[in-house]
Amino acid sequence: MANRVTTFLKDKLLLTWRGVIKENPTFVLVLGMCPTLGTTTSAENGFGMGVATMAVLIMSNIVISLIKNVIPDKVRIPAFIVVIASFVTVIQMLMQAFVPSLYASLGVFIPLIVVNCIILGRAEAFASKNNALDSALDGVGIGLGFTLSLTVIGAVREVLGSGAIFGYDLGCGDYMPLVFVLAPGGFLVLGFLMVLFNKFLKK
Amino acid sequence: MKSSLKNMVLVLFCITLISSACVGFVNMITEEPIAEAKAAAVKAALAEVLPEFDATEKSEHTADELLIIAYKATKDGEVVGYAVESATKSGFSGLVRLMVGFDTKGTVLNVNVLEQAETPGLGAKMTEEGNPLVESVKGKSAPQFNFKVRKDGGDIDALTAATISSRAYAEALARAYSVFKVVAGWEKEVQATTGASQTKGGEDSNHGNFEPKRGKE
Repeated sequence: MANRVTTFLKDKLLLTWRGVIKENPTFVLVLGMCPTLGTTTSAENGFGMGVATMAVLIMSNIVISLIKNVIPDKVRIPAFIVVIASFVTVIQMLMQAFVPSLYASLGVFIPLIVVNCIILGRAEAFASKNNALDSALDGVGIGLGFTLSLTVIGAVREVLGSGAIFGYDLGCGDYMPLVFVLAPGGFLVLGFLMVLFNKFLKK
Repeated sequence: MKSSLKNMVLVLFCITLISSACVGFVNMITEEPIAEAKAAAVKAALAEVLPEFDATEKSEHTADELLIIAYKATKDGEVVGYAVESATKSGFSGLVRLMVGFDTKGTVLNVNVLEQAETPGLGAKMTEEGNPLVESVKGKSAPQFNFKVRKDGGDIDALTAATISSRAYAEALARAYSVFKVVAGWEKEVQATTGASQTKGGEDSNHGNFEPKRGKE
């Protein structure tokens, strides 16, 4: 009995962990590049976008895996999109109403989540084929992976571009190449980090 | 599940119905708290840019198709200052909205950035405390102040490498001043403010004139 519990837990842990390294959405699956490049101008922004996406991803994964059996195949994509868009709108309104301070810092990213293809991608590739628990864990794993990569990209761009980290000024902002805060620098950092990630972490 | 016209229509209809019902319900319960939160944010911004007050009187104006709200702050029935919620479309991305506080003589008391989506690390520095933009305008007398960045011959110190954002900030300030002139009774109509994209100038006859002007020029 105890043995079965441990194998069960180990399985679930592996399932979650897979989203962080082996199937990292940014560096391995290369999904959701638009919000990745757009929001990683600082470590804090990247982290915020990652967490907001994770919240929506977990919930949409759960709901989609619960209703997967009643959705006809040909209309599954529109059905997923309706579910995801409703979730994003609900979360946006709830945040705005009850945690306005959090909304002030993350609010700009919320509408971007609808167009994030990670959510739709996981709904299609995972949640529509697995049960609710596994789908939730997949959401946690992929969400963590996304948050981690966005924070790292954001941190690198912030240090190189504006000489600060998480808003803490390192005192060398005037000598740093500004281009890293702008779009071209985003592409450069993303490319180099992707190479490093695949070389050293993903075996 | 196999698709047939009947089940596709039925399922999609049900999903959209349930989803819109959920969104509608959440909208209903959050409408009031959202309005309250917004009002609280405006109140906090007012407190930051104005001297102590106990009542405000709101008036609405338009400039460049944007709604500009002016607040006349009073304490014990006496006017202590004016705050203008100004905005401009000339920012690098999205609207730049400022709350600008004036005393009764037109001295700029403080500026608070209500909303902006400028580049972090560049234009977004306008929200930081003690940034060159706010420091160069704070405590200055608006009638004698040229609301343009130094590069354009004005009196505002721009943010390094963020000329567009600085010009937008300057434009929003100028707009706030032109609305202030109306609410303070100096002028009848809100004057068009010069575009932030305008690079030349600074010899605007509006500026450097201590006597408040009346009517349109």
